[in-house]
Amino acid sequence: MTYTFDFSFLAEYWPELLSGLMQTAQLSILSIIFGFLLGTVLAVGRTADSKAVRRICAIYVEAIRNTPLLVQMFMIYFGLASIGFKLSAEFCAVLAIVINVSSYTCEIMRAGIESIKKGQLEASDCLAMSWWQRLFLIVLPPATERVYPALVSQFILIMLATSLVSQISAEELTSTAVRIDSMTFRSFEIYTVIAVIYIALAFVFRIGFWALSQLVFPRLRRLGTPL
Amino acid sequence: MSPIVKLNKVSKSFGSLNVLQGVSFDVAQGSVVAIIGRSGSGKSTALRCMNGLEKINGGEITVCNHHLHQNVTKAQLRALHLDVGIVFQSYNLFPHLTVGQNIMLAPKWVRKQSKAEAKDLAAEVLGKVGLAEKFDAYPEQLSGGQQQRVAIARSLAMQPKLMLFDEVTSALDPELTGEVLKVMENLAKDGMTMVLVTHEMAFAKGVGDKVIFMHQGKVWEEGDGEILSAPQTPELRQFVGNGL
Ligand SMILES: Nc1ncnc2c1ncn2[C@@H]1O[C@H](COP(=O)(O)OP(=O)(O)OP(=O)(O)O)[C@@H](O)[C@H]1O
Ligand SMILES: [Mg+2]
Repeated sequence: MTYTFDFSFLAEYWPELLSGLMQTAQLSILSIIFGFLLGTVLAVGRTADSKAVRRICAIYVEAIRNTPLLVQMFMIYFGLASIGFKLSAEFCAVLAIVINVSSYTCEIMRAGIESIKKGQLEASDCLAMSWWQRLFLIVLPPATERVYPALVSQFILIMLATSLVSQISAEELTSTAVRIDSMTFRSFEIYTVIAVIYIALAFVFRIGFWALSQLVFPRLRRLGTPL
Repeated sequence: MSPIVKLNKVSKSFGSLNVLQGVSFDVAQGSVVAIIGRSGSGKSTALRCMNGLEKINGGEITVCNHHLHQNVTKAQLRALHLDVGIVFQSYNLFPHLTVGQNIMLAPKWVRKQSKAEAKDLAAEVLGKVGLAEKFDAYPEQLSGGQQQRVAIARSLAMQPKLMLFDEVTSALDPELTGEVLKVMENLAKDGMTMVLVTHEMAFAKGVGDKVIFMHQGKVWEEGDGEILSAPQTPELRQFVGNGL
């Protein structure tokens, strides 16, 4: 086997890779933010007093967690288009990923919420706090802090899973790579480069999430111990 | 003056277990009432019913002019909680907040006080329990006795008309127990109305204006601290004999 590696295409195509990288980052961040918000709402629903609410949220979560992300994406993009809703590929990509990540976030946040002891809830009730105050002041902050490492792992997975949106021709890093490959036929080199970029991006995300934790969890910043 | 707390034939059951079977007693304004009794006699349940943490199955409770009955609403309970503070055996401080934040939380969000007002108030109640210097500490950095005193301060910051204490020293070793009891004694001296479930017989006798001995879900014997020296019933005699 005589194969000479040739990375020279990078000189010409790096601006496209850079913009693909930016699109991937943007897609990931949007999906993570909205996925976290929706997932938290679902987790509150799954731990609600009302049995009907718990049921509905559980069915949603189980349905989403037991279907492939790619199929969900096709349903939203091709499926909706075929019944008359033509939405942009980028919008469908974010929508599909948000729906997907929300179901996983829900289960993680549910574990966090369930870790809050009954005594905490009683103490806040006895201080005359409302349901909303209890949720936002007593339940969600420590719940989120406890499951934060698991959330970060999930969010990194989601960042990597954005590569699937190349399948519905949304613009991002992997779809850029596919296009460059089809023009240069340097498959091995281009996908190696892409893999390295994903590793770097994951690293940057981890640092970002660490910095965020220092910002939003003052107890963690001060004591450095898990809650 | 009419009593600040009145229990009238209160009954409460968990499933088929009748924990309270017609409990009646009064608490006079400014008095200290100590509830004693064997484990499982229903002391905590009685206290929790007084604060609406458990819904009663029969009878009625009046606490600071709030009426508790089988169908009490959430809004009614909230109104009650503005007047009644409770301290638990397990402290139940909020672990993600500093001591100061624990205390300021409800005054700020529930009483809608300004940050400055809440801060002054927190400093004041922390001073009362002798922990002024712990304002910025986190609960886990404190001893059990200190955490319990913070819990008392947190409750005091809501300026309750009545304070309930459920075995607040049971998780503490004797030295720490002393510092918490001292705080409670000072509160009593300041005229706070208090109902406490306790295993500290000397405290019940010394500080309590009234002692209630519960047995099998009933008020078995009731009177001033002297009932501990001269029990009328064999059950209390046996309980005191074991307890002292
Ligand atoms: N939430 C509950 N569900 C079922 N049973 C309960 C519940 N709370 C209390 N009980 C039962 O009610 C009885 C009285 O309990 P309670 O906690 O009032 O006793 P106590 O006098 O405070 O005892 P201790 O001194 O051990 O604290 C016990 O038999 C207990 O097991
Ligand atoms: Mg008890």
